[in-house]
Order: sequence, then C-alpha cells, then structure tokens
Amino acid sequence: MTEQALRPHAEDAFAEELKALAAADDRPRPARWNMSPWAVATYLLGGALPDGTVITPKYVGPRRIVEVAVTTLATDRALLLLGVPGTAKTWVSEHLAAAISGDSTLLVQGTAGTPEEAIRYGWNYAQLLAHGPSRDALVPGPVLRAMAGGGIARVEELTRVPADVQDSLITILSEKTLPIPELGEEVMAVRGFNLIATANDRDRGVNELSSALRRRFNTVVLPLPSSVEDEVDIVARRVEQLGRALDLPPVPHGADEIRRVVTVFRELRDGITADGRIKVKSPSGTLSTAEAISVVTGGLALAAHFGDGRLRAADVAAGILGAVVRDPAADRVVWREYLESVVRERSGWKDFYRACREVGA
Amino acid sequence: MSTGTLPGPPRGSVAGDDAERLWLLGVRHHGPGSARAVRAALDSRRPDVVLIEGPPEADAVVGLAADPELRPPVALLAHAVGDPARAAFWPFARFSPEWVAIRWATDHGVPVRFIDLPAANSLALHAERDARQELAEADPAEADAEPAEADADPAGESVPPEEGAQRDTPEGGTPEAGAEFGVPEDGTPDIVPRTDGTPEDGTPEDGAPEAGAPEAGAPCAHTPQDAEDSAAVRVDPLAVLARAAGYDDPERWWEDAVEHRGREGDDPLAPFTALASAMEALRERYGDGGHRDDAIREAHMRLRLREAVKEFGRVAVVCGAWHVPALRADATVTADRRLLRGLPKVRAELTWVPWTHRRLARRSGYGAGIDSPGWYDHLFSAPDRVVPRWMTAVAGLLRAQDHPVSSAHVIEAVRLAETLAALRGRPLAGLGEAHDAVRAVMCDGSDVLPALIHDRLVVGEDLGTVPDSAPAVPLARDLVRTQRTLRLKPEAADRQLDLDLRSDNDAARSRLLHRLGLLGVEWGRPGEARQGTGTFRESWQLCWEPELSVRVAEAGVWGTTVESAATARARDAAETAAGLDGVTAIAERCLLADLPGALPTVMRVLADRAALDTDVSRLAGALPALVRSVRYGDVRGTDAGALREVAEGLATRICVGLPPACAGLGEDGAREMRGHLDGVHAAVALLAGAHEPLRGRWAGVLRSLAGRDATTPGLIRGRAARLLLDDARLETAEAARLMGLALSPGTAPREAAAWVEGFLSGGGMLLVHDERLLALVDGWLTGVPEEAFTDVLPLIRRTFAEFDSGVRRTVGELVRRGPSTAGGTVGGGGGEPGAAGFGAGLDPGRADAVLPTLRLLLGLPGAARDLEGDRA
Repeated sequence: MTEQALRPHAEDAFAEELKALAAADDRPRPARWNMSPWAVATYLLGGALPDGTVITPKYVGPRRIVEVAVTTLATDRALLLLGVPGTAKTWVSEHLAAAISGDSTLLVQGTAGTPEEAIRYGWNYAQLLAHGPSRDALVPGPVLRAMAGGGIARVEELTRVPADVQDSLITILSEKTLPIPELGEEVMAVRGFNLIATANDRDRGVNELSSALRRRFNTVVLPLPSSVEDEVDIVARRVEQLGRALDLPPVPHGADEIRRVVTVFRELRDGITADGRIKVKSPSGTLSTAEAISVVTGGLALAAHFGDGRLRAADVAAGILGAVVRDPAADRVVWREYLESVVRERSGWKDFYRACREVGA
Repeated sequence: MSTGTLPGPPRGSVAGDDAERLWLLGVRHHGPGSARAVRAALDSRRPDVVLIEGPPEADAVVGLAADPELRPPVALLAHAVGDPARAAFWPFARFSPEWVAIRWATDHGVPVRFIDLPAANSLALHAERDARQELAEADPAEADAEPAEADADPAGESVPPEEGAQRDTPEGGTPEAGAEFGVPEDGTPDIVPRTDGTPEDGTPEDGAPEAGAPEAGAPCAHTPQDAEDSAAVRVDPLAVLARAAGYDDPERWWEDAVEHRGREGDDPLAPFTALASAMEALRERYGDGGHRDDAIREAHMRLRLREAVKEFGRVAVVCGAWHVPALRADATVTADRRLLRGLPKVRAELTWVPWTHRRLARRSGYGAGIDSPGWYDHLFSAPDRVVPRWMTAVAGLLRAQDHPVSSAHVIEAVRLAETLAALRGRPLAGLGEAHDAVRAVMCDGSDVLPALIHDRLVVGEDLGTVPDSAPAVPLARDLVRTQRTLRLKPEAADRQLDLDLRSDNDAARSRLLHRLGLLGVEWGRPGEARQGTGTFRESWQLCWEPELSVRVAEAGVWGTTVESAATARARDAAETAAGLDGVTAIAERCLLADLPGALPTVMRVLADRAALDTDVSRLAGALPALVRSVRYGDVRGTDAGALREVAEGLATRICVGLPPACAGLGEDGAREMRGHLDGVHAAVALLAGAHEPLRGRWAGVLRSLAGRDATTPGLIRGRAARLLLDDARLETAEAARLMGLALSPGTAPREAAAWVEGFLSGGGMLLVHDERLLALVDGWLTGVPEEAFTDVLPLIRRTFAEFDSGVRRTVGELVRRGPSTAGGTVGGGGGEPGAAGFGAGLDPGRADAVLPTLRLLLGLPGAARDLEGDRA
C-alpha cells in the first residue's frame, strides 16, 4: 500500500532507521516507548549508529529544541509546538510520534469546525438506536484511542479549534482520564500516553488557548533556520523535489537566485541586513522558508516555460513582491525602502534592483 | 612538587610543601565552587595570614572590607596619580574566592596581604606597552585570553602613549596592567586591567558592537585585533582540560567538574590538590602558555610569599590556579629580584568603587568574563536544592511582572530541567537546562520573558556600595587637573566667558564645558551671544554651584576622566533616548564636545531608530538638525563622515516614505507637512553638495507630489511646485499649467486657495515677474463664487500678508492696470518677444551698468579697470 501512497507515513518511510535505532538503543525507555529519549532525539537530528546505520536528519535546527521536546513528552507533560507557518511543526510532531509510539496516525486536524466528538468520541447511531448506549456503540476518537493504547496523539492547528472544544482537552491532560457520562464509565490513560499539539503563533489570536489549558503544555517554539546556509540548503532541496513532482524541466544555475531570495527574506524578516549594518523594517507577511520555496518554484516555472531556461532575477522579482507586499499601503513603503536603501547599494544586485523596479515597487 | 624548605636557603622553592604551614589555594576567579572550597579550607586550617593575588597597594584599603557599608559587588580601582585615564579594576563579587578569603580574614582578625605586582608597576608597564605598539603586537602576553577582555573593550584602549613611562623594562615580558586576577586557567579572566576607566554598565549592550572604536582623543594603542591575535597564540588551559575530558565547551566542563560538585567535603583541600596537579601538568606542557608577563608577576608573588612565611608562619594563598605551580617552583630569591629590577613605576592610588553584576558579565564588554553572575551568586548562596530555589526565584520575578505563574509551573519546570540534565548526561541541571525549562514551561516558548530573566536574575542587578571613607574618585581629580591646565577656575560668582574656537585653549575649554554638560554638571550655560555670531564664537555663563561637586562624584560611575565619562554617558543617553530627535540632539552634542568615541554608538542608534521609525514626519523633523551637525562637523574639522552617511540614509528613507505620507492629510497635518517639506528641502540642498543623485531623487519626490491629484492637499502640491520652480527644475510654463489645473473651476475654492498659499508663500516676486501666473491667480480669484469667497479670504490674506510691502504694492498696481497686452511688459518694450512675464528683448544699457560691480564681487580680472573706466 505504501508503494502507491503519494506520501507514506513517517513510521513507514523510515522504518529501517527506526528499527536500527531501537535495536542499538540500550538506554532506559519510558513505559511503552519504542526507544529511549536519547534515541528519539538522534532519530530527529540524525547521526550514525555503532553498527554503521546512518540516521538521516529529519529536522535541521538547534539540538536544544529537540531535546526539550523529547524530554517534555517523557515527563508526561503535553507538548505544544509553536512557530510561524513553514517551520516544520507538523513534520516534527509526526516524527516524534512515529519514533516514540511507532504510530503517527492518531491525528486530529484542528479547524474552525472541529467538533468535540473528533477529539473525544462519537456514536455509531445505528447501534445507539438499536441497543442503547454501550461500549459497542461508542466510536473512539484518535485521542481516546491513544489514551487506551498508551500512544502519542497529535492535534494539528490547536488554535483554530473553537475554545470550548479545546477545553475538552483539559481533563484529558490533567486527570489523564476521559469520562463517558453516557455510560457512567471513564477511560483511563495508559502509561505512555501523551499529546503533541501544533499551533501557528502568527495568528495566535484566532482562538487563544485558555490559561487553564496552556498550563498543561510545555511550549517549544520552532525557529526559522538560523543561518543562510541552512535555509538555502532547505530551499534548494525542497525546490528540487517539488520541481520533479511538477515535471518542471531542470533549471541549472539556480543557486544564486535562491541565495538571493533567501537573503531578501531573511533580511526583511530579521529587520537587519545580513552584514548587520543596516536595520530595515519588517513587512506584515511571515516570509517563512516555505514561502521562499514557493517563490523560487514559481520563478522556476516562469524561467522554464517563458524564459530562456535559466533562473533570473526577473523571474523571482514578481514572486518576492507578492510575498512581501501583503498590506498594500504599509508593506509597499517597507519594500521600497528596502530596495532603495539596501538592494540599490549592493554590488552585483543591479539586475535584481532593476527587475524589482520593473515589476512595480 | 618542590624540594627545598623555606625560606632560608637562597636556592630552593618558596613553598616547602609543608602541609601544616603553607596552603596554596588555586582557584578559578569568580567561581562559586572555588569560593565555597576556599571558605572550607580556611575554616579547617586557620592560617595566620591570607595572601591574595592582587596589587599590594590594596593592603591599605583592605581594612574597609570589615565595614558593613562595603558591600559587593565592588572593585578595587587603581589609577595613576595625575593621569586617571590610566586605571585598572579588580572586581569582587560575593561569590569570588578572593572576597570570601578577605571576609574570612577580617572576621577572624587575620591580616590580609596582596601579593601580585604593585599597581604602580603594572600601570606603568601597561602604558609602556601601549607606547611601544610594535612590542604589543609581537608580544602575545596580553594579560587575558578573552577578546571580550580589556583589550577588546572599546574604551580600554586608550592610554596616551606619550604619557607612558619611558624606562626600559628588564626583558620582553612586560606585565599587563593589573594583569589577570582573571587568570587564564578558567579561560574567562576576571580582572579587567583597563587603561581607561569607563565603566560601561550603563550601556551594557554597546560593548560588543562597538569594540574597536578608539577612545576619544587618545591615540589608540591596542586594537581588538591585537587582542584577538594574541588570544589565538595563548593557551586557554581550561579549554585544554575540557577537551581532554571530552567536552567542547570549557565553561560547561568547569561547571560539571567543579562548580556542581564538591559539596560533599571530606578533605577541604582535596579540590585544590586535584586542580593544582592538573595545572602543573598543563604548565609542564605549555610553559607560561603565552602569558609572558606571568614570569614577573609570579616572581613578585614568590618574594612576597617568602616574606609572609618568615613573618607569620602559617600562610594561605588564594590565587589563580594557573599560578600555583609557579609559586611552588624552584627559584632563587636573587633570580626573582633580578626579574623585578628596574621595572617602570608611576604613583598609583587605590580605592574601592561600587561595581555591578552587569559589569561582571562578559557581554558588557568590560566584564570579569562571567556570563551569569546572578546564577553564580545563587549557586554560592543557596544552601541546598539549587534548581527548585532558582525556579522559585524565576516564578517570583515573573509574578512581579504580572505574568501568572503557579507553583505547578515551578514543579513542572524543575522536573523538566532535571530530566533534560539526565538526557544530556550532566550530573546536575545547570543554567542551560534551567533556562530551557523556564522557557518551555513558564514563558510559552517566547523569547521576551527569558530575556528579562537573563537580565534580572542570570546577570542580576546587584549594585555594590562603598563607604564614604573610601578615597575620592579619579574623575574629580581629572576635572581639577583639566581646570588647571585650561586656566579655568571654578568660581561661585556668575561670569561670562567668550570663547574663540580658533584658539586651541578656548576650543579645549568649550569641549570641557560641553562634556560637563553631557555629564549633568551644568557649570556653564550657553550664553546669548552665541546665536548671532559666527560658528567660531561661543559664549558661556559660568557659575560653580557647590552641588556641582556632588554631581561630579555621581558622574564618577561613568568613567575616570571627563572625556571617558562623557563618552560613556553619551552612549548611554543615545541608547535610552526617547525619540529620534533626542538621538540627533545627542549627536550634535557629541560633535560639540568632541567625543568621537561615542559617535559610532550614537550613529548606530540613530540609523537603527531611523530605519524602524515609520513616521515620516519624525524622520523629516530629525533631518535638518542632523545635516546641521554634518555641516558644523565640517566647520570644526571633526570627522563627520559617519554622520553624513546616516544623514543620507535618512534622506533616502524620507524620499521613499514622504509621498504616501502626504496623501489624505487634514489641514493641520498638511500645514505641518509643509514645514517638513521646506526643512527637508533646505537640508537636502545643504547635504547634497557631494551627493547629486540625492538631489535628483528629492526633485523626483517633489515632482510626483506636485503632479498629484486632489487626494494630496493643495498646500503640499503648491509648495512642491514652488520648490521645484525655485530650483529651476520646473519650467515656468509647466508651473503655469499646474497652477491652471489647481485653480480650474472644478477645484473647491478652499483647496485652490491652499494651493496658492503653498505656491506663493515665502516670496511674491514671482507674481510681479510672471504676469501669466498673476493673470491665473487674478482670473481664479475673480471667479470665486460669492458664498465661497468669505471662506477663501482668510487664506488669501494670510498668503499675501507674508509678502514685502513693496511686492504687495507692485502686485496691486499690476492688477489695477489690468492684464497687459502682448505677453505683458515690465521694462520698456523692444522688438523681440521676451520670456513670459518679461519685457521683450534686453536693455543693454541697464545690463552693462551692473557688470563692473559684478566683476568686482566675483573677483574677475579687469574689475578695477572697469570701475575706473566707469568713474572716468
């Protein structure tokens, strides 16, 4: 089945690595964990095992962050991964679940319409009508299943879930039980159960977590890539994969433009130029790595279909403009200022400056 | 280990390793673990005298340590008499082993002796070193291995070389001033031998980015590069040990190996023995490890040690662990004496000054090299349960900031920290684990609160105190000295002082007064005469009020000389200034006070503020003052290059931001913006001399404003058109077209009147000379409907009231005469048609009459002849 899948689950895609790690791991494991916290961290960050197996890095970022995340799950506190869009929150949560309990599918996708049933349990109404409330008529949700099986449940985009539904997690996280009043029973979480939630901290205000719920979480903020090199690397690799998926003809010599896009994004995001000499204003958009990837992909499509097959400044200029100028009034000034005070003066960026002026800054 | 016995035989080690007579307690400076161990060792061995690595001059003031008013963090400040700029500091925190030893001694009535090289020698040597730069560059024996140390310190570079002692040193190794208390063994030296006392804690952030800025006025003797170069050569013993233990971070190794251990005490001397043998191995391998000054310092220590052993018998020495092997080494008294012979000397004075945790921290650029004095203090003072106590303190701080933190948070944070330590394989949760746990549990992963915690707890805000009986601060002495050389006596009587800045003495006086002004010592107030006269004259009202002496004492925290203190104060003021204009004002004052050392910081703050300020009118408000500073800097000959760069950057930002900011303004807003438009226009003209593209860009802005539709207020559009016209960047015909558009019937009369006001204000000669424009105004005014006329009248009146009466009359006459025929005439009519508004053709007779005078004014040849011819 996995062969046909467009995107296999983490535990399937990296089954070999997980097996090798579990085999090599002799450190103490928390109850029902497939491996020790140390091995989980190694699985995410990559490394080499004594038997020669190479573990590919799943997450490129500070070790500290992964350690805190894994440790949190080991202390039976729930984990909240925060970050701007495109910082691999979901990716990290999936791999954590896959490494710890070998199952990353106990997933609740949070939306504005997520009902309480999606988190706790629903009913098989045919059964319910025919036989009345019973365990057989109960349809357990992913969280309930994780509790019963001692696994890791995941909630995506927790801040999009309506507040009353969010709060149904409080009992689960503090009492580690889920009462089923209709049956007069409760489901008690088995050791090993825990929960990973992700949330976008750009639109925190959508449904801010109540402080009662927040208190149950340890929060880990996933940062944007710390160095230009890391980010260029991530963008280049993703762009290549995407380009192949979209059947774009390969475009050589794209590295320079990628570096340029990444530099522009980083400088605007950080509010300071890469050499640390000039401060610039930051626009309202997020300018995450994910957006840099889409700008470059768009530019590649332009270059491949309408250009001469080489990625040029003009191909990415329009994409950058669109990514930066989200608020037509304020962001336009920010962008113009950046163009005039930074791009204009930078040697070797003449073509880029001209291209940006052309697309109408 | 040594063989001989003390101290008699001329040959043999200083330290007969007599376990009952001499204890060498090698420590890591400012290490709480070391401090605790020192206390335990002293308690158990009870020596008759305590020797401490530090300048012997401090013996005289060490008695003050018994005074409850002397509360750490404090520092010993040594400065050269007559040259307070040459100073060195030895900071002590509550958790410093040296401080613990001093307190133990004073509490037990045991004498304390300092045994390091006297400050008199080290200050002189340091100055000499600075004077001989080539030596400094070749000689890696800079006191401390840290780039963040003295030499990388922005203000620490500046001993005027010519003031250095000129005698030769016995050999290459010239000890560094106050060289390290901060011994190399921890890689994070503590003492900051500074040659210039500018305590920086007021501006903790500016150390790092600033490093390398040469101190005001004084020739920069070392550059940070020197320090880095030499740091590269020198051995960091702690790093070597840490590497051997498989750690990549020396600090962390030290924490794990020493600070977090040693609570269980069987033999209080055991940690010292272990550390000493490690150091011994290192010194065997690396010799002096590149610390060439150490030979002299250690010779001196050995001599003092011998004396003490002879005098007292049972001796404990608290010194950097690095020195322990050297103190044990075989060395003859004569050899040591020979090393010390002929050292240069200055008269040095010592006093206690209050210190802060912030200054101890490495990031202040002036630190003892410890990142986390607050944490160390906690480690030292917490009797047990270090992490839970720490978390409770963090929770207390957060609660005080109205951030809800419950006991449950504290519990979870402690659990997380301890589990993290286990995951990372550390024996005990350290600051790193505590920090990560606090961030994840208490701070929702944000960076804001951890920054606060770092500031308040990890570094801490402890401020030491010093009793009044401590000797006076050097700043006051420097002021007295400067007053004497400038022949400017402090007098209580009010008097006026006129200065001609072209004379050196007067210029120096002006600088002194401006600097004192920056320090809040308002001795002189700028007088009245200053405005009208040229830029080379200044007038001051001088009056020395008694309370100014108090102000000087207060300003002592900023530095040891007026210049360094004013520099530090200006930097701090810039960092904390409220608005952009505040920073520009400080920039102006820095130029007046000639504080180039402060300028880089001020400029950086200015550029940052300007970049982040979204309010164009604030930017526009700041530009004129800045450009004035640029010009004034030029006049004074100070280097205003950086200032110019910032001003041009500011102008660029204004060019970008101004057009959108002009849209949709109300009447008051438009009026304010018009003022900015004029101000920026003048500033750009002044600035653009060397920067033609800027002028072009500004003209582009004006042109786009002038050509806007009615969303931009008429006042602005009219003004923009006028400014362009005055600069000859707009054809008169085009101006007429714009006016025609603005005054066409479709425009609301009020709006049109505002346009006219913008266009005409500041001079109506235009109307006199260009009848076409006059005709347009006239035609529009007569066409204004009656009901709108009363609305428009005040605006028109205001506009015309500004004109000279002559212009007003001429305009009136022209209007009364009515529109002239054939393009209008002012002068007599000739054959050919003239420019619009002017008479046809030239009147050669009248033109010639002007030429001779013009020639004379321009200094062209033949001027005199012309004039004579004229007379003839």
